[in-house]
Amino acid sequence: MAPRIAVIRFPGTNCEFDVAEAVTGLGGVADIIFHDQTDLGGADAVVVAGGFAHGDYLRPGAIARFSPIMSAVGAFAADGGPVVGICNGFQVLTEANLLPGALQKNAGLKFRCEMAELVVASSDSVLTSSATVGDVLRVPINHFEGNYTCSPETLAELRGDDRIVVRYAVNPNGSVDDIAGICNEGRNVVGLMPHPERACNELLGSVDGRVMMGSLLAAAGASV
Amino acid sequence: MIFDVTVEVRLRPGIADPQGATVERALPALGFDGVSGVRVGKCIRFTVDAPDEATAAAEVDDLCHRFLTNPVIEDSVVSLSVAAGTTA
Repeated sequence: MAPRIAVIRFPGTNCEFDVAEAVTGLGGVADIIFHDQTDLGGADAVVVAGGFAHGDYLRPGAIARFSPIMSAVGAFAADGGPVVGICNGFQVLTEANLLPGALQKNAGLKFRCEMAELVVASSDSVLTSSATVGDVLRVPINHFEGNYTCSPETLAELRGDDRIVVRYAVNPNGSVDDIAGICNEGRNVVGLMPHPERACNELLGSVDGRVMMGSLLAAAGASV
Repeated sequence: MIFDVTVEVRLRPGIADPQGATVERALPALGFDGVSGVRVGKCIRFTVDAPDEATAAAEVDDLCHRFLTNPVIEDSVVSLSVAAGTTA
């Protein structure tokens, strides 16, 4: 059976169809779930898609974390279910305390919209299990608040536990330790600023996102 | 009792403030020399209805922690006073 991926859509989310397209292209089934729902409809994995949930008012993700669907996402993650937050979705997951740290405004106050080179730092996560450490993936970024920061203790923990999943080859936003994406202790929740769903078709200039989306589908398939 | 509340949300010391730095860099061009340490935050005002000041303060404190600030990067300063026209 094809793995079912719940793609969470808040008011202001704008990447849900890109994620659905990538999932479908790789043989999965995508269900777009609106934020006022309270269950994930039996999904095998969850993607919190990018955009500007609730207008990014107060702080990106600050209001989205209180949306009804987030209780279901939290429970799914606590049960070991694969959850990936992309861009604004990463911000939502940090605000919801499913991932540590926070994302602040880019150093230099520039909105960065360009192709980035990511270096796989760990292949032990639901998003990188099919990649190899050291692989360089071309995946676009598109953000203003992607500058990952955390306390020195959290950073030491992330490094010590191999929880930094991808780093930028050239840091575009000032993030600590060139971090582009991290995972939780259980390695089933991953957040990253770059958009792998936009790098799954040759027409878009890169297919390097397929290894990430493919890893997620494999993790989802394993939990079917 | 109604209390007027002002919450100043600030980036914690040591957290880079690209917005503040950009404002600071622009100042000399406008003839403002010698201004330093610019930090940009936000100010949130609202009223709270509570039986007494201690209860109001505790509620605002909880609100700041759980919603108005992200404790990883921000802290807050609260000022709270009895709203004008309210009898103490």
